[in-house]
Formats: sequence, C-alpha cells, structure tokens
Amino acid sequence: MPGKYIPSDYLPILIFLMVATAVGLGVLIAGSIFRLKRPYPEKLMPYESGNLPVGEPRYRFSVRFYIIAMLFVVFDVEAVFLYPWAVVFGSIGFYAFVEMMVFIVILVVGYVYAWKKEAFNWD
Amino acid sequence: MQSSYADVARIIPEIFLTSLALLLLMMELVTKKKEFIGFIGIIGVVITAYLTLITNPGRAFSDMFIVDGYSNFFKLIFYLNVILTILISIRYLKIEGVNLGEYYSLILFATLGMMIMASGTDLIVIYLGLELMALSTYVLAGFLRHEIRSNEAALKYFLLGAFSSAFLLYGIALTYGMTGTTNLKDIASYVTQHGIAKNPVFTLSMIMFIIAFGFKIAAAPFHMWAPDTYEGAPTSITAFMSVGPKAAGFAAMGRVFFDALGPIRLDWVAVIIPIAILTMAVGNIIAISQTNIKRMLAYSSIAHAGYALLGLIAGGSEGLSSMMNYLLIYAFMNVGAFAVIIMLRREGFKGEDIDDYSGLAKRHPLAAGLMLVFMFSLTGIPPTAGFVGKFYLFMSAIRAGYTGLVIVAVIFSAISAYFYLRIVMYMYMREPKAEVELSTSAPLGIALAITVAGVLILGVFPSIVIHLAKASLLG
Repeated sequence: MPGKYIPSDYLPILIFLMVATAVGLGVLIAGSIFRLKRPYPEKLMPYESGNLPVGEPRYRFSVRFYIIAMLFVVFDVEAVFLYPWAVVFGSIGFYAFVEMMVFIVILVVGYVYAWKKEAFNWD
Repeated sequence: MQSSYADVARIIPEIFLTSLALLLLMMELVTKKKEFIGFIGIIGVVITAYLTLITNPGRAFSDMFIVDGYSNFFKLIFYLNVILTILISIRYLKIEGVNLGEYYSLILFATLGMMIMASGTDLIVIYLGLELMALSTYVLAGFLRHEIRSNEAALKYFLLGAFSSAFLLYGIALTYGMTGTTNLKDIASYVTQHGIAKNPVFTLSMIMFIIAFGFKIAAAPFHMWAPDTYEGAPTSITAFMSVGPKAAGFAAMGRVFFDALGPIRLDWVAVIIPIAILTMAVGNIIAISQTNIKRMLAYSSIAHAGYALLGLIAGGSEGLSSMMNYLLIYAFMNVGAFAVIIMLRREGFKGEDIDDYSGLAKRHPLAAGLMLVFMFSLTGIPPTAGFVGKFYLFMSAIRAGYTGLVIVAVIFSAISAYFYLRIVMYMYMREPKAEVELSTSAPLGIALAITVAGVLILGVFPSIVIHLAKASLLG
C-alpha cells in the first residue's frame, strides 16, 4: 500500500530501547539522590591507585603497529571464514574444498608478499 | 542454490584476471626489470579480452552475475583503458622514481572491480566490485608516496569515497528493507506488484544511489574530490581514473537505474536532469580559469560526465548505446591527451603548466599535432570522434524529447571550446619560452598511435562502434 509501510515487526525493539533508556537513566538518577557524597582528590582521579595521568592523550604510534594490525585483520578474517566452512563442509563436499583452497591460495600470495617485503620484521 | 560449473565458466575472464594480478604481485618479488611485469600485464589483458569474447552469454550464480552484450561492451572499454594506461606508465614510473611492480597488479585489481560492477545484477555484487575498484584506485592515487600532493590526492579520494560507499550501502539497505531482495530484477517486479513506487523510503534509496554513483562518475555537486585528486595523482593514474571508474560508474548506474529503478524512471530522470546541467556548468565554466593542465582536464572530465548523463536520461537502447559509444570514444581521446602530458614530464620538469605548452608546435610539431587532434576531439569538432560521440548523445536526447536540455548542453559545449582551444593557441601561436624536451619511449608511442587512430577512425567511420553498442544491447 502506498505510503502505509509500518515496520510493526520492529515494535519489540522500540519497546526494548525505551525500557533500556528508562532503566539506565533511572539508576543514575536514583544513585545521585541516595548515595553519600564524600569526595577527596585521590577518589576523583580517573584511575584510583593507577598511574598518574600525565601528558597528552594523543601521541604518535610507530607506523609498524598499523602494518601488524592490517596483517592481523587479514588472517583473523581467514579464521572467521574457516569456522562456518568447517561446519557445513560435510554437506557440500568437494566443491567447498575447492572454494576454500582458492580463498587460502589468494591469502597465501598476500602472505608470501608480506613476508618477502619484510612486513614481519620489526627493525 | 549451489553453484554449478556452468556458473564458473561465465566468470573465467574474471578468474583469469585475478590470477594474472596475483602472478604479477609474485613477479614483483623476483624480477628486477619492472617494465617486464607491465608487458606481461598487457599480454594477460589481451588474453582476458579474448576470453570475454568467447564466454557464453547468460546469468550465473543464482542470478547475481550476468554476461551480456552490455557488460562485454563496457569490459572492452576497461581493457582498452588498462592497456593504454600500462603503455603510458612504463617510462613515466621511472621518471617519477616509483618503478614498482605493485602498480601493475593494483591496476589489474581495479579493472577486475570494474568488470564485476559491469556484470553484477545484484546490489551487493555491484557494491563488492565498486569497493575493489575504489580501494585499488585510492592506493594508486597516492602512489608517489614522497610527494605531498599525491598523498593529499589519495587521502581526499579515500575519505570522500568512503562516504559515497556509505551512501550506496544505505541505499541498498533501504531498498532491501522495502523489497526484501537485493536482486535488481526482483526489486523492480516487487515494486510494480506491491505499488510502493511512490513510497518516500523508496525515493530516499533512489537519492542515495544517485549520490553514490554521482560521486564515482564525478557529477556535480559530488565532484569536489576530482580536481585535487586528478591533479595530485600520478598522471598515468589520472588518465586511468578519468576513464575506467567513470565508465564503470555509468555501467552500474545504467543497470541499477533501468533494471531495479525502472518503475520510477520519471522520478530519477527528474533528479538527474538538474544534476546533468549543473555538472556541465561546473565542469566547463571552472575549467576556463585553470592554469594547470591536469586540473583543467579534471574539470573537463566532470563536464564530459555531464554529457554522458544525457544518454542515461534519454534511455532506451538508443540513449544507452550513445552513452556507451561516448565513453569508448572518451577513453581514446582522454588517455591520448594524458599521454601527451606525460611526454612533457621529465626529470626535474613537471610540464603540467599550460604555459609549458607555449610554442610546442615549433619545437615538436608531431607532439603538438597529436595534442591538437585530442583537443579538437574533446571539444567535439569534426572529423574527430568527439564530435560523433556528442552527435549521437544529443540526437538520442532530442528523440527522447529533451530538446531544452540539449540546447543547454550545446551551449556549454561551445564554452568548452575556449579552454581546449587555448592549449592549441599556446602551442601554435606563442613563442617557445623554455627548452622543452620530450621523454618518448616505444610503449608511449604505441599508446599515442592507438589513441589517435581511434579518434580519427571513429570520427570518419562512426557507424562501427555505435552499431556494436546497439547490437550489444539488443543481442
């Protein structure tokens, strides 16, 4: 029907959101009314009994960390794909094997490339 | 549904190109002669083109992928573009000091993305192709990593490109929410059956698609990235970007807008007409004041996207075939012009300022003559192909009843003569300022020969390509 699209299936989510907001705000407000207030400097620090917060929060990381992060994502995703593949492998059979080999070969090419370009060397 | 081997047979060109790109990446590790990698790439692309021509047309992978005349024609443009780009890059990369093998595999990956965009009949497949193309192009735009301009180009392109991808995804999500499918044909049939064509959410998703594809084809007001990116990127990549991703954007646009959004054609035409006018205006008027030739050609490329949009607006087999024809011709003339720009680049001399072209005809008559042909073609002066391309576009728009739009386009086309012919004026009517030496090479010469032959042959015998384009749409 034109212009009468109402996503009623999502109504529980809306209610859930409203309840979650109400509970979250309610606890905070109730706490601020009933709790004792005895502030002292140590208690107001971001981390009680932690390091003293000194210096800028943003400082520069070595660019090597980004390469490590990138490589991590690549092989992490590979592992994520391998799990569901292993679960359904029995029902699909040889075709699934070939597909996964193609996927892994492509990643191996990237791996060899990264290796030869010394992306794994810290220095 | 499980894929069969017939499905796999339809994507053999794509599989071959993927293997080729991976092979080139491995060759980078073992070979010292990087230009050798480029030559292997060219041979591989020629084989891919052959494989594309012998692939059986039809649908594959549960109707997510299609091989038809439309996709094959666009793939032809992509192959032409990548071959010409490799030819003009080989010497240029040495001059810029970035003679690395990754360049060639990245170009091939970008081309692979374009092929998937042209063949995708499912929004998610089109999105995958678009991302593969875009990510490779971001890296290529920043390939001169020691030059700040190139880094700026890549960063701007990346940030704005990421935004436009988000728009595309949002459009896909809204469409999926409305129709429950991402298949182009199924979307259209659902829309007509359930009568949701006037639903504002569906209109919103249409707007999202226009924004996302408008970014890829650099249509105003989504063109902001183009001048900076085109200026900063390596010249060979500017040539590549101004043809390939643009054509791929048009390919995907044609499919999405005619197959999926066909039921609301009048709505999107009403949005695209002002965009087309604005694109032509911005491109042609701002190009007048440019002093850097790459920047000028960037604005010219924006303007040409505006002309090509006329074909999309006109629609039907006539409009689409004139658009495809124009994009092929544009590939020839634009890469040709960039090849001449690359010729002027040598160690310690940029050759990007329009002043550098002063008196080129006296010292290097052949180079000036080639530039003359490309500039005439970009303006649309017969007997060059640019004239033919514009003629068919404007004819199709007039036949579809958009006479007013065509009048505007012709006026802007006349304005464009100023900045294209200014280059010709500098070359032929000014005294040479400094000694300009050309850095020629055999591959660059071949690229120039191909492009100038394409521009002149298609200008004199225009029916070859337009018939091919029409036949590819019908057959």
